[in-house]
Amino acid sequence: MGIIQTKPFHPVVYDYLRKNKIFPSVWCEGCSIGIIFAALMRAIYRIQIPKDDIVMVSGIGCSSRAPIYADFCAMHTTHGRALTFATGIKLAKPHLHPIVMTGDGDCLAIGGNHFIHAARRNIDMTVIMVNNNIYGMTGGQYSPTTPANKFSATSPYGNVEHPFDPCELAKGCGASFVARGTSYAATELDKLIGRALQKKGFAFVEVVSHCHTLYGRFNKMPSAVEMLKWERDHSVNVAKATKLSPEEMKDKFVTGVLQDRDIPEYTEVYEQVIDRARKRYAEDHATAADRGE
Amino acid sequence: MTQKRKNRLLQGNEASAEGALAAGCRFFAGYPITPSTEIAEILSERLPQLGGKFIQMEDEIASIGAVIGASAAGIKAMTATSGPGFSLMQENIGYASMGEVPCVIVNVQRGGPSTGLPTKAHQGDMMQARWGTHGDHSVIALCPSSVRECYELTVEAFNLSEQYRLPVIVLLDEIVGHMREKVEIPDFSEIVLYQRRKPNCPPAEYKHYGPGTSFLAPLASFGEGYRFIVESLTHDENGFATNRPDEIAAKMQRLKDKIELNREKLIKVHEEECAGAGIVVFAYGSTARSALQAVRDARREGIRVGFFRPMIIWPFPEEPMKKAMHDAQVVIVPELNQGQMRREVERLNPGRVKVTGVEQVDGEMMVPQRILDEIRGANRTLFKG
Repeated sequence: MGIIQTKPFHPVVYDYLRKNKIFPSVWCEGCSIGIIFAALMRAIYRIQIPKDDIVMVSGIGCSSRAPIYADFCAMHTTHGRALTFATGIKLAKPHLHPIVMTGDGDCLAIGGNHFIHAARRNIDMTVIMVNNNIYGMTGGQYSPTTPANKFSATSPYGNVEHPFDPCELAKGCGASFVARGTSYAATELDKLIGRALQKKGFAFVEVVSHCHTLYGRFNKMPSAVEMLKWERDHSVNVAKATKLSPEEMKDKFVTGVLQDRDIPEYTEVYEQVIDRARKRYAEDHATAADRGE
Repeated sequence: MTQKRKNRLLQGNEASAEGALAAGCRFFAGYPITPSTEIAEILSERLPQLGGKFIQMEDEIASIGAVIGASAAGIKAMTATSGPGFSLMQENIGYASMGEVPCVIVNVQRGGPSTGLPTKAHQGDMMQARWGTHGDHSVIALCPSSVRECYELTVEAFNLSEQYRLPVIVLLDEIVGHMREKVEIPDFSEIVLYQRRKPNCPPAEYKHYGPGTSFLAPLASFGEGYRFIVESLTHDENGFATNRPDEIAAKMQRLKDKIELNREKLIKVHEEECAGAGIVVFAYGSTARSALQAVRDARREGIRVGFFRPMIIWPFPEEPMKKAMHDAQVVIVPELNQGQMRREVERLNPGRVKVTGVEQVDGEMMVPQRILDEIRGANRTLFKG
C-alpha cells in the first residue's frame, strides 16, 4: 500500500493508467511530462480510441518512460529508434494506432534520421515530442534543441551549437500535421493532441516543456513554476504571431497548428500495391495454366 | 488443385527469400547492400502478391527495428543484410533478445572489416553472430552450405525463432548466396511450421515474460486485448523494469536457459565417418563443400578422415563435436576467416588432439586441394609419430 492514497489523478486519466504498475513514476516533482501524459490521455478519451488499438512506442529518456504507465500495449525500445518500431507495427497491422512519445535528444539527435524519413513517408502515427531542451535522464547534457550560449552539464562555458526548430524540420520533411503546444497551456494541448490523433498520416506535436531539475538549475530557473511562466510569456499563438513584427517576435515561439494537409498515407497506398501485385500474380498464373505449366 | 513439387534453378539468396515465404514470413524491412540485395528485390515483388508487406527503410538500424515491431504486432518478419549492415543491427538484435521478440536476420557474409570486399566471400561474422550485441544473451544461428539448405534453413530459422522467442540469424556467405543449383521446392502445404502459441488466459493474468523459465509460454501480439509491455530494460515477468537483484538474475538465467536447457534439440549436423577416424575435418558454409570434396578424395587414397559440418552453428554443437573428435588426433578447420570457429573446436579439445586451421581471407573461395594437402600432411605426421 503505497505512497499515493489520495486522488492525485483526474478520473479520466486514472482510467487510462496501467493497473498493475506500482507508482510513483520516475519523473521529478513538478516535471512537465506528467502534464503532457495527462493531456494525451484526455485526448484519447475524448476521441474514444479503443485501448486495444493503441500501441505506445518510445525510445530512451524521461519522456520515453510514459508508455509504461498507460494501459495500452507498449514497446519501450532502444534510444532514438522508436519510430522504426512504430513503422513496423503500423505497416504490419494498419488498424493499430502507434503513439510515439519521444524527447528532443531521442527524436532529433540519435533518432534524427528516422524522424525525417518517417515524416517523409507520411506513415500514420502520432508523435509527441517533449522538448525540454536537455538530456534529463543522463544528467543534463545539451541536446539538439538547447539554445546557443545556454548552460548544461556538457556546455559549462555556454552552448556552442545552434538548435533545431523541430516543427520547421517536420514541415520540411512533409509531415501531414505539425503543431506546437506548451505544458503550461494544458487544455490547449489536449486539443492539439486530439487533432493529431485524428489525423490520417504522420502527425507531429512538439510540446515546449521544462526540466527545472537540470535545464532550469543550469540556467537560473530552478523552479517548475518559473519555467511554466517562461512558457506562458514566450509563446504566441499562430494567429496572433502573423500580426506581430519580427522585433516583437524576438525571443518568442509560435504555438498552434502549423501545418495540416491531406496527402496520401503510406499504409493506404501500400494496400493498393497489394491489390496490383495480387491481380498481376493471378493473371500470370492464369496464363501459365493456359500453357499447361 | 494441389501444386506439385517443382524443380527450379535457384540462387542461394533467392532460395532464402522463397524459404521465408514458405515459412509464413509476411513482412520484410531492409536496406540495399551487396551481396544480399537480391533477397530484398525478390521480396519486394513476392510479398505483396501474398498480402505481405515490404518496406525499404533509411538504414539497417531502422530495418531491424521495423522487423521487430511487425513481429510484436503478430506478423512473421525478416530482414537481410551483409557485414556493415549486420554491425548496425546489433543493438536492436539485443533488443529482440531482451524483449524476446521472434525475428529472422539473414546475413550474407562478405569481406571485412569495414566496407571491406562487397562482392567477395568471407566467413568473418561467425563470432559477431554470437556476440555482436552487448551483454550476455542467447542466440541461434544457422549456416547453409547449399542452395537447397538456404531454403530449408530459412524455414527452420522461423520455426526456431517463434518457438524460442529470440532473433535467429542465418549466415550465408557470398558464395552460397550467389551460387545457383537445382532445388526441389515443396508445396507450401508440405512444410511443417511452428505457429506462435496464443494465450487463452484472461488479460489480467497474462504475463508476457512468465512464468519462470517456461519461455515456450504463449506469446500475445499487439491489438489482441493483452496490454503487455515489450521492454528493453532488464525486467520482471510483467515486463516492468527492475533493479531487484533476484529479478535481474532470473531474467538473465531465463535468457541463458532457453538455449542451455534445449541444447540437444538444437543440434543439426552433417557427419560422415568420424568414428575411428584419426583426422576429422570441421567445416561449414561454402567452405564445407570444398572440405567434403577433399575428405572424399582423401578417403579414396586410403586415409581415414571424418567430416563434421554444423548446420546450426550457434549454439555450438559441443557434444556431437566431442563425440566426432573422440578418436581423432588431428582436427582440421578450414574457414574463410582467421580462425574464428577453430577456437570453438579448440575449447573442446581434451588435450591430445592437434587442432589445425586452414585460413583464407583473400576474398576467394577455398579450393578442395588446399584442404586435401592439409589432410595428407596430417596423415603423414600421424604415421611418422
